[in-house]
Amino acid sequence: MSWFWRGLRAGVLTEGPAPEALPESLSPGLPRATEFSTPAQAAEIAARCPTGALEAQDRVVGVQPDRCVDCMRCKSAQEWRHDVRWAHPDAVERFGSRFKHSIHVRIIDAGDCGSCLNELAQLTGPSYNLHRFGIFITPTPRQADVLLVVGPVTRQMAGPLKVAYEAMPSPKRVLAVGACAASGGIFGPSVMSAGGAADAVPVDLTVPGCPPPPLAIIGALRALCGQEPPA
Amino acid sequence: MLSDVLNVLRSIWPSIEWRVDDGSIVAVLPREDLRAVAKYFSAQRWRLGTIVATEGRHELELRYCFYATAHPGWAQLIIALNPVDRTIASLTPVTIAADWFEREIEDLFSVRFAQHPRLGDFVLHDDQWAENAGLMRPFVQSGEDLPVQRREWRPKRVLEEEGAFVMPVGPVYSGGAESALFLLETVGEDVVRATPRLFYKYRAIEKIAQGRTAADALLLAERCAGTSAIGNGLAYCRAVERALGATLTRRSEALRGFFAELERLRHHMTSIREICESTSLSVAASQALWLEEQFLRISGELCGHRYLFGVLAIGGLQRDFADPALEACLRKADALRPKVDALRGALERSSSFLDRIERVGIVDREAAQTFELVGPFARAAAISADMRAVQPYAPYSGLEFNVPIEEEGDGYARLRVLFAEMEESVRIMAALCRDLPADGTRIDAAMRAGRGLGWSEAPRGASLAWVELEADGTVSRYRLTPPSFRNWHGFHVATESFAFQDFPIVLATLDLSVAENDR
Ligand code: SF4
Ligand code: SF4
Repeated sequence: MSWFWRGLRAGVLTEGPAPEALPESLSPGLPRATEFSTPAQAAEIAARCPTGALEAQDRVVGVQPDRCVDCMRCKSAQEWRHDVRWAHPDAVERFGSRFKHSIHVRIIDAGDCGSCLNELAQLTGPSYNLHRFGIFITPTPRQADVLLVVGPVTRQMAGPLKVAYEAMPSPKRVLAVGACAASGGIFGPSVMSAGGAADAVPVDLTVPGCPPPPLAIIGALRALCGQEPPA
Repeated sequence: MLSDVLNVLRSIWPSIEWRVDDGSIVAVLPREDLRAVAKYFSAQRWRLGTIVATEGRHELELRYCFYATAHPGWAQLIIALNPVDRTIASLTPVTIAADWFEREIEDLFSVRFAQHPRLGDFVLHDDQWAENAGLMRPFVQSGEDLPVQRREWRPKRVLEEEGAFVMPVGPVYSGGAESALFLLETVGEDVVRATPRLFYKYRAIEKIAQGRTAADALLLAERCAGTSAIGNGLAYCRAVERALGATLTRRSEALRGFFAELERLRHHMTSIREICESTSLSVAASQALWLEEQFLRISGELCGHRYLFGVLAIGGLQRDFADPALEACLRKADALRPKVDALRGALERSSSFLDRIERVGIVDREAAQTFELVGPFARAAAISADMRAVQPYAPYSGLEFNVPIEEEGDGYARLRVLFAEMEESVRIMAALCRDLPADGTRIDAAMRAGRGLGWSEAPRGASLAWVELEADGTVSRYRLTPPSFRNWHGFHVATESFAFQDFPIVLATLDLSVAENDR
């Protein structure tokens, strides 16, 4: 059992969920590629998706997780995964050990709807206690190692976002949290929104979900810091 | 009641054709009569719910929607504007509630409001776009179609005193705060005035909703403010259902009420947590954070989503929920009540905490009335403004419930309203659970062209939606007026003279969402 789960179990107010299958109280889950009995059925399921996250190829409906906005329309048909290790599998090798200890994270709201920020607020609370991993939220970009972006990057926030990124010392990482920051989500790309954080700053890792549950965000932060393989 | 009003209107303005349609008094007014008629409604304590601008290929229309506060009923005053001239007298001198609506319409539709006291830099920021850029006009298809005009933007200063200066805070500031800029004007220790500059997070929901199906635009309504997805989503659904002439099952109405109250519970817990955090009361903040997480878990367990996304659907709910699951949810919410009460008791006994929120950020009854504030913000200043009671809708029309009211209008009064409303929400959920109808959770609403007005009491106050549909069910106009847009307008009233270090506290007690305002 990794420290991640051991730590979560130890907390007084923290209930220890099994890593393999999180209950819906902690995470809505995420759709995954599913095989259907006929191509027509697969096409019907894929057509339900409002953001093009689902794509039918023959009898299989594939998923682009970054585009999923949790509309729940495919939930009765598509299979959903209930783990939280949603970030990219090669993250640890990619980022190495330089970021292992005492990481400071600067959050930037680039047009979020409030829910992503609300899940981030939970991270430092008693239920998730992010600090035990040596990860801290900092108010200033000048001390930050990781820039955590939420929201699709509205045209009027693109400037301040770039300024914050520039102000960070190197080496630095960018984590795009939520469907909006990962792909534009339900809002972008459009007349007033970009298609996510990558349109403004170089993104290292994305966390899908609308909003991603706190445990998925913690998993991604730890992966980004080289603390634990994300998948 | 509406018929009495109609008779009076007919006697004062006999040349105008007044009619009643679906609970609204509707009339097309000549431009010159608008101010006088609006003045009449204001004097009768009708509130300006929203102004809807719509522009087609050859026509430009403004629809002023008022609602009565003494009895159910709406009024829609329609003005056909000349699309070339685009000028009309501002209503702001008549009712200050029109102020921000007109500033918004000026930016998005290039309409000129004569005698408006303060236009400019609002939705579209002056340092990026030309004034009057008209984002919502039909010719604008992408951001590139907007007239760009980069120029320097300087905050307006109100104070003239010697030594006065403006301190900007934002748009990116403390930890996990929403992006907004605050201009704090000060002459030393105390901040004399705080002016917000909003819309950094403007996602143009009204623009991108155009051309989407009614079902897809619901996703935008839910995510305008994800922390009140049901509140704003419900106003939208109700508007669409009116446009379609659909009558819902009693079960779906009851369940919608159940989810709306569950959301209110969770949302108020969040607001209370933010107030605790702002006063640096970390133990209380942690307790509140834990309680909030419990409400999130209850929500997730019931419907599969911690923020209740994907619950609503046009014509009812996306799926049914079994009675035992709803009862289990209620039991769990009820079981948290003693813990919420304990937190409340501990806060009320903590004098250092009370010192920091009492007589802080005062908005009195008169200001709440003038700015037509809504939600707990207004109720802490002795104005009910609860759409569930003022303009009743199912399932609340058949329920008895209290609307908590406080008098002082300060931070503490707002905190008490939040706690009291949480209690009331559990009670409403219980009442709904006691008598759940079994007539199905969704009707198949056939698409057709139409338009409709919908409203709901979202956690932060009245949420309004105006929807116009094409025959195939695509949205040609979605106008949303969320409660935070209304209440940010009263923000500066609460921030007249305060000590600089109190700023986060004032802000937290006001319970304003930037996302919800910026849309
Ligand atoms: S839940 Fe996600 S993948 Fe499924 S239809 Fe909705 S957006 Fe598409
Ligand atoms: S990803 Fe979803 S929850 Fe997060 S900001 Fe975007 S709309 Fe809101």
